[in-house]
Amino acid sequence: MSDVTETMTLNRPVSHTPSWLHRSGPVVLQIAQYAILIVLALIMLVPFIWTVSTSFKQQSGLMTATPEFIPDPVSLDAYRTLSDRMDIPRLIFNSFFVTIVGTAGQVVFAAMAAYAFSRMAWRGRDTVFLLYLATQMIPIQVIIIPQFILIRHFGWVNTFQGLIIPGLFNAFGVFLLRQSFLTLPRDLEEAAFIDGANRFTVFWRVVLPLSKPALATLTVFDFMALWNAYLWPLFVARKEDVMTLPVALANLAGSSRYQGSVEWNVVMAGAVITILPILIVYMFAQKWFVRGVTFSGIKG
Amino acid sequence: MAGNRGIQKWGWVLCFLAPSLAGLLVFVLGPLVYSLRLTFYEWNLLSAPVYVGLDNFVNLYHDADFWLAFRHTLTFIVFYIPAVLILALGTALLLNRPLRGMPFFRAAVFVPVVSSWVVVALMWKWIFNPRYGLLNWLLAQVGITGPAWLFDPDTALYAIIIASVWKDIGFVTVMFLGGLQGISESYYEAARIDGATSLGRLRFITLPLLTPTTFFALIISLINSFQIFEQVWLMPESFASRGTTVVVEQIVNHAFRYNQMGYAATMSWVLFAVILTITLVQFRFQKRWVHYDL
Repeated sequence: MSDVTETMTLNRPVSHTPSWLHRSGPVVLQIAQYAILIVLALIMLVPFIWTVSTSFKQQSGLMTATPEFIPDPVSLDAYRTLSDRMDIPRLIFNSFFVTIVGTAGQVVFAAMAAYAFSRMAWRGRDTVFLLYLATQMIPIQVIIIPQFILIRHFGWVNTFQGLIIPGLFNAFGVFLLRQSFLTLPRDLEEAAFIDGANRFTVFWRVVLPLSKPALATLTVFDFMALWNAYLWPLFVARKEDVMTLPVALANLAGSSRYQGSVEWNVVMAGAVITILPILIVYMFAQKWFVRGVTFSGIKG
Repeated sequence: MAGNRGIQKWGWVLCFLAPSLAGLLVFVLGPLVYSLRLTFYEWNLLSAPVYVGLDNFVNLYHDADFWLAFRHTLTFIVFYIPAVLILALGTALLLNRPLRGMPFFRAAVFVPVVSSWVVVALMWKWIFNPRYGLLNWLLAQVGITGPAWLFDPDTALYAIIIASVWKDIGFVTVMFLGGLQGISESYYEAARIDGATSLGRLRFITLPLLTPTTFFALIISLINSFQIFEQVWLMPESFASRGTTVVVEQIVNHAFRYNQMGYAATMSWVLFAVILTITLVQFRFQKRWVHYDL
């Protein structure tokens, strides 16, 4: 575990740590710091552990006077009930389809626009870019109603295109990639042009390969945002053939709302299935997650 | 020839920009203008829209639920903002220490940030269960009888605040970590020569030089506070939701439950105006407390 995390540190092992940090301080202080860190990690992780544990319990095992972290017996009942209630493979497919196609589309459109904003000179460029930046300030709630009306007008309610297409045009990605494209030296492109390459070849063969970190950051960020999306899918994907996992999970929790006792083991089984893919991606791409989220904060 | 090249250049610009720009016009800017227009109409999606002038704004002004929503947002902000900023700052200072195993702790703090709000909301709803939830059991161990949390309109909002702080600490922590690593070492060198204590260095170097990060974290956290939705929509029991309703929840209800498109759009524009005003005011007053240098 520590080896794995060691190699993909969140922030590289602080290269320019202030010198006062090099002294870790007296042993007592170190122990106190570890104690706080462990409490912190427990607060952050126990809810997840509790979720997994609950999902492997039987309904009767939920109401215990003392919480049991190891289910007795370990039961797959909740997962069985879950798959009786919802078409799990279908939902997983829908979520992956919407997330992957949506991410790919966002990254491609953003990269193309970012190229025009950073590597080409044309009149009005900065004005149009300002317009892009300005759209970043609009709260999603303001445009979601007309977006829905538009999608309804197109007859795209409960379709994949209705779920995916309105979200493809996000100025955040253009901003992120433009920052990266701007740092590339001019000469590389010039050399390619002299060799007879056209704009598109340069974009595809020179600019994109040199911008892998920015592309990875955006990809991971979009993947996370789309996988976790709830508000838009709640409106446009109400049928199971296009529904994504978060909406299905919320429906599941809501549907047992009035029956006295909620079947928390079933809901938590749904939560485990919904969260597992994103946690796996997170384990392998931590660094890009952090960059993306940090950048999304800076953009403000 | 030059004209030809010019056309070629514009051709390429269009090639690269057109898909994104067209999409932005149709799916973002178009809806923005349309939404503004909707504020002057009454429309249930079924019959033709009716022009009502400023009626939506007048009705909104007299809408008790709308004011209630702002009161809840205010309560949310009063507890959530200081909690998330102070806890994240403390966490960042701790995570910036050169201790072994730090990557694990950093990863742990960030897990809630990547998790979907739907999952987090349901997870915490189970933890807040008054009788079988983890939290009240924990409180019972130290002799406290926990409240009914999400079953009680008076406490539901606080449960939502706790869950929100828990989810967002990692996000703000990462911002602070970035800020900490941007502070030049030379300040600490100088302070050491002057014999400053570690508390003194924190007070007179670290905290002042973190104010730009704090400023950004504050701006973003405030914007997010006005836009909370999933946790409010999913966590409270239905009979307790009067104690938690927020603006975005009401926008969703008016638009998609009661089919009042114009009224919902009006709400969203008022929300936008409030967010914009508060953000601008903060930028206006940042000079008073934000230091970009010592």
